[in-house]
Amino acid sequence: MELFINQVLAGIATGAIYACMALAVVMIYQAIDHLNFAQGEMAMFSTFIAWQLMQWGVPYWWAFLITLVFSFAGGIVIERMLFKPLAKAPVLTNVAGFIALFAIVNSVAGLTWDFTIKPFPTPFGSSPFLGSQLISTHQAGMIGVTVGLLILLYLFFQFTRIGLAMRAAAALPESARLVGINTSWMIALGWGMASAIGAIAGILIAPVVFLEPNMMGGVLIYGFAAAVLGGLTSPLGAVVGGFLVGVFENLAGTYIPGVGNELKLPIALALIITVLVLKPAGLFGRPIVKRV
Amino acid sequence: MSAVDKVASEAPPVEAVPKRSMTLGTGASLLMLALLIIGPMFVKNFIVFQLTMLLIYALAVLALNILTGGSGQFSLGQSAFYAVGAYTSAILMEHFGVNYALTLPVAGLICFGFGFLFGQPALRLSGIYLALATFALAVAMPQLLKLGVFEHWTGGVQGLVVTKPDAPFGLPISQDRWLYYFTLTIAIGIYIASVNLLKSRSGRAFMAIRDNEIAASAMGVDVALYKTLAFGVSAGITGVAGGLGAIAVQFVAPDGYTITLAISLFLGMVVGGVGWLPGSIVGSAFIIFVPNIAEGISKGLSGAVFGVLLFLVIFLVPHGARQVAIVAQQMLGKLTKG
Repeated sequence: MELFINQVLAGIATGAIYACMALAVVMIYQAIDHLNFAQGEMAMFSTFIAWQLMQWGVPYWWAFLITLVFSFAGGIVIERMLFKPLAKAPVLTNVAGFIALFAIVNSVAGLTWDFTIKPFPTPFGSSPFLGSQLISTHQAGMIGVTVGLLILLYLFFQFTRIGLAMRAAAALPESARLVGINTSWMIALGWGMASAIGAIAGILIAPVVFLEPNMMGGVLIYGFAAAVLGGLTSPLGAVVGGFLVGVFENLAGTYIPGVGNELKLPIALALIITVLVLKPAGLFGRPIVKRV
Repeated sequence: MSAVDKVASEAPPVEAVPKRSMTLGTGASLLMLALLIIGPMFVKNFIVFQLTMLLIYALAVLALNILTGGSGQFSLGQSAFYAVGAYTSAILMEHFGVNYALTLPVAGLICFGFGFLFGQPALRLSGIYLALATFALAVAMPQLLKLGVFEHWTGGVQGLVVTKPDAPFGLPISQDRWLYYFTLTIAIGIYIASVNLLKSRSGRAFMAIRDNEIAASAMGVDVALYKTLAFGVSAGITGVAGGLGAIAVQFVAPDGYTITLAISLFLGMVVGGVGWLPGSIVGSAFIIFVPNIAEGISKGLSGAVFGVLLFLVIFLVPHGARQVAIVAQQMLGKLTKG
């Protein structure tokens, strides 16, 4: 039993990483109905910006703030320049665009900061949390930030005018336009927010997985798995999905024989396919009904 | 909020391509064939090897084109089928001593089965979800190949070394050249078969599903069957390409079949023109030669060059090489008239 509880705790700790990433994935999906395959790379790039600022002697929280602003602006610029013209294009073209963005960001990061692994500081310290060997203070901080972020997003979407406008633009773009909402800028705003959330995710993840251009590869797959499990239309689902995926991954590694480190990604694959086949809307998502 | 928030008027996953414009005319086909036969006689062995790879990737791109351009389904997981084909050929040759030519149909069949089975869950997914599921498959494949359980057969992380076949009947040509003509024969066979497939009843069913699934099923097309069939055929051809690739490179290892390969193949299809089968070879040339040139300028640059070129293609020539070919044809027509 103690092993079980320990594994669940450790799972929640890793789950926080996936939850952050899934939150960013869902943000973009809400805004444009597409999964951003370059999400992980954008987060990685933001993290490198933060690292670079710290190398130049900027204090941690200032670097954090500047990175967020930069990522927010960057997300909007990418949307305006590259993806706004593709809004009406077939899905295939959009997927190709995301892959192109993936390749460019990855390559530019590699060229600028090279491919060596870099340590990344944490503001929470890495001592054991409340005397537990399984969760460090950093991981506890990460869980705290993720939950805090979720609450902020909830408040934003439920109680601000602009949050309401964004929801309207995502749900019924045509009607939203008729009541005077600038849907095009709502999409750009969605990109900016997703990019900033991705930056937070990257900065929180970097102390755990270390900083390098390919650090997000596996995390993104888990983020997708989490988002799909929770339902692509629900930010709460994304966070819950993230924690569930983390716990599931740890328990499967402990109790199912033959599942070690080497099978971790196939587990995410199996999870994605199972959820998509059995319950395509995910745990918290709205089922999509097609009008014929 | 109403439950019905998606209207059927949303953009289709893939733009419709009329059947006639999916292939080349007879004249152009013969010219291309002559070039492919005569070209390699005058170049060095290494270039012959590269041309062999060109044909192999062209086959893999063609397979993806049948799936996406034909039936309108996505796949970012072609590298997984390619890997299964490559491993099937390598294991049959090295562990069972099967003749290399005989391993290819087996690789094709196994991959057809694998693709058909993977098509079952994929049936319920469309557009972006299918891209996601196949993306995950491609990412997971190298890890599955490294599994300890299969290590006796797959050689684990080290992979397997494959012996290169000699030219048969004592033909006085080098191994590379023989392999090139061997590949060319298979590629031509598969190309003709694919063209015929798309012109057949099944091909029409694919295209009907691509353009409007609901209308297709109303016309009596068995949507589930033809969708999985498209997956199977595509995987089968990719498997043959993978087998040929293993023989040509003489080596298979898990890290040769990562998501990068799947993305390259996808890229090749977009560059060559979705739904235009002859474009496959243009796309294949793009994914083989552009990274080489980019790496020559600066290491690590190939990703950026790839990405920028892809954006240029999306914005300037959304139909890829097909569009270029059509424009060239029109200009040629004007010149001959004037």
